[in-house]
Amino acid sequence: MPMRRVYMDANATTPLLPEVMEAMRPYFMERFGNASSVHSFGQQARSAVEQARVNVAALLHCRSAEIVFTSGGTESDNLALFGVTQPGDHILTTAIEHHAVLHAAGRLAQCGREVTLLPCDSNGVIHLDDLRRALRPNTRLISVMMANNETGAIQPVEAIGKIAAESGVLFHTDAVQAAAKLPIDVEAIGCHLLSISGHKMHAPQGTGVLFVRKDTKIDPLFYGGTHERQRRAGTENVAGIVGMGKAAEIARRSFNEGVSQRIAALRDRLEQEILARVDQAGVHGGDVAHGGAVARVPNTTNLWFDHLEGEALVIALDLKGLAISGGSACASGASEPSHVLTAMGISAARARASLRFSLSKLTTEEDVDFAIAVVPQAVAQMRELSPTYHLPQSTIPVAS
Amino acid sequence: MPVSSPETFVSTSETIAVAMSGGVDSSTVAAMLKAEGYTLVGLTLQLWNQRRLAGMPGMPESTEGRCCSLDDVYDARRVAEQLGIPYYVINQQERFEQDVIRPFVSEYLSGRTPVPCTLCNNHLKFDQLLITARQIGAERIATGHYARNEYDPARDRWILKRPVDASKDQTYFLFGLTQKQLSRTLFPLGNYTKPEVRVMAGEHHLALAQKPDSQEICFIPGGDYKRFLDAYLAEQNDTLPDTSGEMVTTDGTVVGHHEGIHNFTVGQRKGLGVASGTPLYVIEINGAERKVVVGGNEALASKTLRAHRLNWISISGLEAPLRVQIKIRHRHEPAWATLAPSGEDDEILATFDEPQRAVTPGQAAVFYVGDEVVGGGWIR
Repeated sequence: MPMRRVYMDANATTPLLPEVMEAMRPYFMERFGNASSVHSFGQQARSAVEQARVNVAALLHCRSAEIVFTSGGTESDNLALFGVTQPGDHILTTAIEHHAVLHAAGRLAQCGREVTLLPCDSNGVIHLDDLRRALRPNTRLISVMMANNETGAIQPVEAIGKIAAESGVLFHTDAVQAAAKLPIDVEAIGCHLLSISGHKMHAPQGTGVLFVRKDTKIDPLFYGGTHERQRRAGTENVAGIVGMGKAAEIARRSFNEGVSQRIAALRDRLEQEILARVDQAGVHGGDVAHGGAVARVPNTTNLWFDHLEGEALVIALDLKGLAISGGSACASGASEPSHVLTAMGISAARARASLRFSLSKLTTEEDVDFAIAVVPQAVAQMRELSPTYHLPQSTIPVAS
Repeated sequence: MPVSSPETFVSTSETIAVAMSGGVDSSTVAAMLKAEGYTLVGLTLQLWNQRRLAGMPGMPESTEGRCCSLDDVYDARRVAEQLGIPYYVINQQERFEQDVIRPFVSEYLSGRTPVPCTLCNNHLKFDQLLITARQIGAERIATGHYARNEYDPARDRWILKRPVDASKDQTYFLFGLTQKQLSRTLFPLGNYTKPEVRVMAGEHHLALAQKPDSQEICFIPGGDYKRFLDAYLAEQNDTLPDTSGEMVTTDGTVVGHHEGIHNFTVGQRKGLGVASGTPLYVIEINGAERKVVVGGNEALASKTLRAHRLNWISISGLEAPLRVQIKIRHRHEPAWATLAPSGEDDEILATFDEPQRAVTPGQAAVFYVGDEVVGGGWIR
């Protein structure tokens, strides 16, 4: 009998939905045209690209003309940061951004921009006072993610949008981990730029979008043809864009069908039942001393299990059939300590003992049951070999 | 009677973790054990980032190295895919830096000549890797080392033995293994020669059957340890401490000046910067006084050595004098000697039958009786 495999790593990537696959299928062969061509083949492709643009614009509550198709979240983030800043400008971003923003900002710091990284609190949320204080006369761009990929913590983007508007500063938000999990309204957020990625929302890998508010001047990363209103040269990935459009359409429909609530309920049960079975463990972002559990996207929970190495637990669970993730992956495939948990003030030992479970609309009750069964078992097995773990004493008398 | 192959004491229902480096030897181990029916997990330790010091003064721009390069991980992953076994990379860079790189640097700066491979075996490959292996459900590890490991019921001890292929013998680097570690370790290549292993790799259709052997210290591409020390200390915002001083002969005559004791190792002839009618060698490095003592070849010979921080393998401890052969460096023909307790705690005194050339503090002294590793320690 083949081994049962359960996937709980949706923040890394998601499979295509069958509807998305079906929508894309004709564009690989019979409708193969180049969307820039004059003839009927080209017109067929152009029409598909523009319909996808309408669907994505509807998801983000913007105009079609404000949608730029890219190769993914990383390109969208790079296009935003490189595209609107010049040497001498100040960029205000955070210590908990995805590397696509952090490393782009790092490169820009080498190219004449000033870069400030805002801290976060122990729940992984940035504070508006810190942001206000960090503004400078030459601040050109604020870039703050909508939701964190590792903890799911939602950032106060609407309030940041207001501060940006008051200060006359451009605002970019990396919404890769928010798209299809939270409703996104670029008007309410007040952002000028917003990145999303296709493969985090059941569209194919290699697809992404940057929302660029009308009248926001942006320099392209690539030079070539006049595609995407001169904001992104290169023949459109027609099939991928069609998939992105279909995924956006499905995501919008899902909000009305209560999918988010169902996923949140699964996540909450997973979290509670694992923690009920494992001692010396907890949730990142649930620091009661700092105002209780923080608002998170519905699909994500990041748990710590003291006295073990998360890296080994990821392997042990994979061998048992549960796919989850630890710290961010590096080139060789080995895990490195999470910069997000480090920024939250989590000790290196606890950061290494942390695991992210991220669900999707495809996650079932049985999947959650499976995780609830195998995780406590694997944790107990590993702790047997841990030099520092001892069962808590339950018989210590309590002084009154 | 000692058992010689894993199948006599390991059930094929047991999971074995194979330490895979991406080289021929460990890849062949995986293929052999897979063919014998074991359930395997492939593990690679990511120990050092080859890009880290690339391009620093004196270091090559290129990031091609022998260990932990992306190419080697790629090769190991390909072999695991081909064999259909799960494969994972484990990040142990912090531990490697703490337990191997830093001691390596500080030993040179103190005038000793370290053996990083032994430290890596003691602290990473047979300690952390074994713990991780057991945590993920593998009760034993298998490696591509050339050595034999057998349980002897008569002595109730695990015995580490030299391999069939004496030219590939790696027991010198394995003297630190404890009985617990040996009891959970398989060395499937111990009964084969390297050419036989290459043939087996070919028979298992491994594309890397003819991949060249690695020889140098894995984290020092090109093998120039002085450049590595400079680059590492510069990266750590620590310039080399000034260990320059006098170069003196064995009778105390000052014959010159040297730029730092880390540039020397006992027995070294080249690069002394002193003219002499007869060839001069480094006889001794006095770290406290920053002196490098030089002399003729005859002054290099030592009749005795002291070794401490001992580990015993075929015996539980040394109570009475014991006749052994001793290897004082990796490429050394074992020399007959008598081992005796030195009087100090955790230290032995070895008296050689014939004086040995260039006994070097910081290197390991490994004791053999026949093919068996009796134990070993670090030369003082």
